[in-house]
Order: sequence, then C-alpha cells, then structure tokens
Amino acid sequence: MKSRISPAVLRGSALALAAALALTACGGGGGNDAGGAAPEEVSAEDVQAALEEGGDLTVWAWEPTLEKVVEDFEAEHPNVNIDLVNAGTGNDQYTALQNAIAAGSGVPDVAQIEYYALPQFALAESVKDLTGYGAGDLSDTFSPGPWSSVQAGEGIYGLPMDSGPMALFYNTEVFEKYGVEVPTTWDEYVEAARALHAADPNVYIANDTGDAGFATSLIWQAGGKPYTVDGTDVKVDFSDEGTTKYAETWQQLLDEDLLAPISSWSDEWYQGLGSGTIATLATGAWMPGNFTSGVPASAGKWRAAPLPQWEEGGTASAENGGSSLTIPAASEQGALAYAFLDYANVGDGVQTRIDGGAFPATSAALESEEFLNSEFEYFGGQKANEIFAESAQNVPEGWSYLPFQVYANSVFNDTAGQAYVSDTPLKDGLKAWQDASIKYGTEQGFTVSE
Amino acid sequence: MTTASPPPATLGTQPRPAKRAQRRTRTSWSGWLFIGPFMAVFAVVFLAPIAYSIWLSFFRNQLVGGNGFVGLANYTQALQDPQFWSSLLRVVLFLAVQVPVMLLIALLVALALDSGRLYGKSFFRISIFLPYAVPAVVASLMWGFMYGTRFGLVGNINSALGINLPNPLSPELILASIGNIVTWEFIGYNMLIFYSALSVIPKSLYEAAEIDGASQFRLVTAIKLPAIRGAMVVAGIFSVIGSFQLFNEPAILQSLAPNSISTYFTPNLYAYSLSFSGQQYNYSATVAIIMGVITMVIAYAVQLRGMRKES
Repeated sequence: MKSRISPAVLRGSALALAAALALTACGGGGGNDAGGAAPEEVSAEDVQAALEEGGDLTVWAWEPTLEKVVEDFEAEHPNVNIDLVNAGTGNDQYTALQNAIAAGSGVPDVAQIEYYALPQFALAESVKDLTGYGAGDLSDTFSPGPWSSVQAGEGIYGLPMDSGPMALFYNTEVFEKYGVEVPTTWDEYVEAARALHAADPNVYIANDTGDAGFATSLIWQAGGKPYTVDGTDVKVDFSDEGTTKYAETWQQLLDEDLLAPISSWSDEWYQGLGSGTIATLATGAWMPGNFTSGVPASAGKWRAAPLPQWEEGGTASAENGGSSLTIPAASEQGALAYAFLDYANVGDGVQTRIDGGAFPATSAALESEEFLNSEFEYFGGQKANEIFAESAQNVPEGWSYLPFQVYANSVFNDTAGQAYVSDTPLKDGLKAWQDASIKYGTEQGFTVSE
Repeated sequence: MTTASPPPATLGTQPRPAKRAQRRTRTSWSGWLFIGPFMAVFAVVFLAPIAYSIWLSFFRNQLVGGNGFVGLANYTQALQDPQFWSSLLRVVLFLAVQVPVMLLIALLVALALDSGRLYGKSFFRISIFLPYAVPAVVASLMWGFMYGTRFGLVGNINSALGINLPNPLSPELILASIGNIVTWEFIGYNMLIFYSALSVIPKSLYEAAEIDGASQFRLVTAIKLPAIRGAMVVAGIFSVIGSFQLFNEPAILQSLAPNSISTYFTPNLYAYSLSFSGQQYNYSATVAIIMGVITMVIAYAVQLRGMRKES
C-alpha cells in the first residue's frame, strides 16, 4: 500500500505545481524591448507601399462588426490576407495578449483594447506609439472623449474604434403600467425605484451586483476624479465630491434592496430585461445591438433617454466601455497594420460598422444627418442616436483610468462589492478598493498616494 | 542497482575487485537505458515545470522597474499575506466538513450495494456514479442555475410554496453550496473505490462468520471495514488533495455571485487571479509552491495515520 500511495501524493503535488507552471510559463520574459525609444517614423508612403506589397495580418478582436470590415478590406486589397481571431472578450483577450507579449511569440499585428485597459499596455510599451505613423493629425477626426482615451503622456497608442457615451435605456411598458415617470435625475431615479418595487415586488429599477466599470462611469459623470495619473505617479482618492454623491445615492438603493441581485450578461439578466423585472439599464451607446440580439422578444418596448443627472437641469454624461485598435510593439508589420487601422477606424470601415449597429467614435459620423436620423426599430422607431450623440458631447473632461485598471477592476467585488451583500457601507467599500489599488500599485513600483 | 550482482555462491573464490567494478558499471548503464525514456518524459513534464516555478518564485517582475531577483522575499510576503491565509483556512474548513460527509455517504452507499439486498443494484451503481462523469464545469453551471433565487430552482420553490429559502449564493452559505456540488460530484467516484475493495473480500470469510452466527452489522465492523481500510486511506488522500485544489466550482460560480466569492476564495483561485488579473506571475508561483508543500505534508500525514491503524 505504502509504495502505491507515495507516488500518488507526489503526483498530486506535482500536478499542483504543474498547474502553477501553466499559470507562470508565460511570465518569464516580462521585459520590453522598446525601452522608451523615440516612436518609429512611418510615412504615409511607407503605409501605401506596404499595402501594395501585401502580406498577412493577424487581428485579435471580439467586435462583431469587424468581420465585414475585414472582408471589404481584403476585397479592396487582394494582396492582403487578414486572419481575424476572437481571442476572448475583454479581460480574457488581455490575458492572452499579455502572455503572447511576454512569451515573445504569437503576438498579433492588431489588437482590440478597451479604453480603460489601454494605459496599462501603453505604460509597458507593449503597443506601438502611433505618433510616428501620422496619428497626431487625427485629433479633429475623433470626438474628444475617445481621442483623449487613446493618449498617454506624449504618445498615441491606438485609434478609437467605438465609444460608449451613456444613456438610460428603459422599458416603457413597465413605467406606463405603474404610472411612474421616467427619471431625469438620480434622486428621481431612487424615487422611481421605490415606486416600481412597491407596486410589484418582482420589479426592480435595475440590476447591479457591483460593476467597477459602471461605478467609475457614474463617478465620472458626477464630476469625480478618483484617479490622477502623471507618469508613474498615481493618486487614488475616493473621497472627492463626485464620488461621495454617487456613494450616497447608491447607498439608498442598496439599503432598501431596490437593485436586482442579478449580474449583467447572465441568463437571468437577459430574462429580466425581457420580462420587465429589470426596468432600466444605464449603459453605453453600444447597447442597442445587444438588445436586438439578446432580448429580441422585447422589441418595441424599450426606449433610450438621456442619463439621469446629478443636478437638476444638468447635461453631464460619461463614457462606459468603448475600445480602440492598437498595434502591439512586437508586430513586424507596423505599416500594413496601420493601413488596416486607418481603414477600419477612419476610412470606409466606419460606415460599415455603423450599418452593423456599432457606435462610432469619429466626429464626422456622429454629426452626419444620416446617422442622427436613423430610426431604431427596436426602440419603436426612436431616433436614439440623437440622444447618444448629445451624450458624447457632454462627457466631462479630465477623467483618467489607472495604469493598472484591469487589476483594480478585478478586485472591485472583493472590496466595494461587499456593500452589496453585507452591512459594509459603500463608502467604506470604496475606501477598501482604494487601499487595494494603492497596495498593488506600490508593489508594482508606482509612486502611489491617497 | 546495488543489489544487482551478488557473487555467485558456486564460484568458491572471491572475484577480483577490478572485475567486479567493471561489471557493476555495465549493469548500471543498461539500467539507465531502460528507464531513460520514462526519465526524459518525467523530467520534461514534471521536474522542469517544478524547477521553473521555483526559479520564478525568486524573482519579481514589476510594471515599473522590470524584473529583478528578490531572493525569498516572495515567500516572506506570502507567509504574511492575510489573503493567502484566509484562502487556506477556507479550504481547511471545507476539508474538515465536506470530506467526512462525502466519504461517509460514499461508504454507506458502497456497503448497501455490497450487501446484496438491494433491488436493481447495477442501476443504482451506475446512477450514483453518473455525476462523476459530468465535467465539473458543467456541474457547477447546472447547480448555479438551480441555486438562483430569482429564476432558478430555489426561486421556483420559493414562489410555488410561498416560502423564503435562504440564498445559497450568499456569502454565508456559498461554501456549503460548493460543498454540496463537490459531494454530489464525487460520492460516486469514492463509492466505486470502496465498492471494488469490498468486492474482492474472499467469500470464505463471510461463510465463516455465518457459521459463527455473526450479525450483518458485525460483518460490517469486523470484516468489511478492516478489509477496505487501505481503500479508505487512498480515497481520503485524493479528497485532501482535491479540497486543497478547489478551483472549478468557485471559479464558475464567481460570475453568478461575484460578491460572495472573492478573488482569493481558495488558494488556487488566488494563484489564478494573481497571474491572470494582476500579472504577478512570480508571486503566483510562490503561492502555488507553498500550497504544493502544504498539500504534500497533509496528505502524507493522512497516509501515516492510516498506516498506523493498519499495523
């Protein structure tokens, strides 16, 4: 017996370590070659020449409308062959990308990166600074919010692909049935939450189980600036006025159990959006496509409205989500990759993607009559883009994410999320989130202060 | 290898030392030839990863400042890390409660099947074993749906009976809910280990006991249980290792109950989060190595205890 067990034990622990290796195998390299060198200079002629010469490009993106863009691009440039890979959505893709970068092989030529995650890649110089490619001339091409999101320090690390100016989506049927007005301020929102839930205990104004992206967007709208980033000097402070406004309002919803404890993107969530259990959804303008595909049965019931305001008569909004296309530093096809970025995010690709239901980031598209006048069948023929475009204009300036926001967001539920399931006040939860972010930042070599 | 060449007794005289040394060398080389293929694979897939993890654990790679040798700093940090300890305590609690419950039920089921008094024995055997054939990820998703208080089974029961069951996904109950899933998954597996050990007990023992007039209960305590003690130790060790490596179930349920299952809910989940959300590969390797050592020690202790009883 003994001789049989020992190897079993050994095998068990070896497996544990082997699992650890699987986790760590990709972490070896770590360094980056760019090392703060001046950005590559690639002229428009170089890009044109690369296009004519052709070649193979690997694009990592999960944005569905890119499929058509890739098709059109290949048709226009028969020498170019693009391999569009869905390497996961959001964090999953960043993990794969970071592993590929660390391993030094299998790095794509183009990668989709959300605005909140871009500073992390820019700081590590894992993605190319596109200033030398002439991206600096595009400042008037994109609307201000997304444009500022792709910049870090002096560099421009990606071209904005879409944006997520926020709006309030609401189920008209539910509001009409219970005779509740659609809220225009967050105070009215709390009132509406009470009224709806009192009328039918199964109805909630919204679902929320603690979502870092949502919380930071509302703080952004309220004028809060919890993150200040200057190179490697970082300040995290969740005690400013904007944050306090958000925390106090949301605390009321939590205290009175007015939020459905359903996580976004779960099956329960889709059911709730369809059944009227979840009456509103405050999120980015990229949502309509998801309504159409995820909750088809409710077509005609939902409408869009401006995001409720923190102050009566205000117009402030915020961005939620949105992503850019970047060129990883390890790509050897910079010129060709840039040609694709330019086509997809500035050129003909923009209209293709709008037709596919995406929300653009270029000023021209946002201001075009055709775009503003398009009627959304799902929203009962509402010209919802007018609301979204208005929202895009009203995003407060000066917001920045942490250069390690991906990590910070991953521990939101460990800290602030506790306010959703215990007596911990949200304010304290946010403080705990702040502390966790500071701890990590310090460990990673940043100079972090409160 | 040392026992390979005792001098043949018929030789009469001692062979000369030089000759003996020569023969021994040749023998040892041919031995290596035989175990070579195994050793090569073993070195590549077992030893190298472990060595690489240990190597990694001596470094620290920061977003700012790059990679550097830090000696044992990762280990001192891990040993003082409250998140690591809380994750370890959680699996120890899990081990202390879930494993005995699971093994006891598995044992009872195995004894029932073995008693020969069960109608439809093979049907019960296969249906109790079936959950083990369901992948853990699928099982967790399935149970996750059932645990749902709004649209899940718990929600259905609540609305059908007008009662208010406690939420299985709340922070207070989540560990028990996971224990329930794991028990459901592994009762069949452990039952099969016990059952196969029971079925090799010689029938003559039972006949002898019958002649002595032993009751069924006496049969169990005096023959069956002592005979399968070895199997129980094996099942115990697998369960200890399984508990310390708890990962699939909490990782899957995390998306349904993000505030109940933290990123450091179990040591493996912690190592995973460190690597994949925080890019702290080095620290993650350290946590994994410490967990490997702790698991080894505890599993060894279980084995020693099991053996001592046997002797």
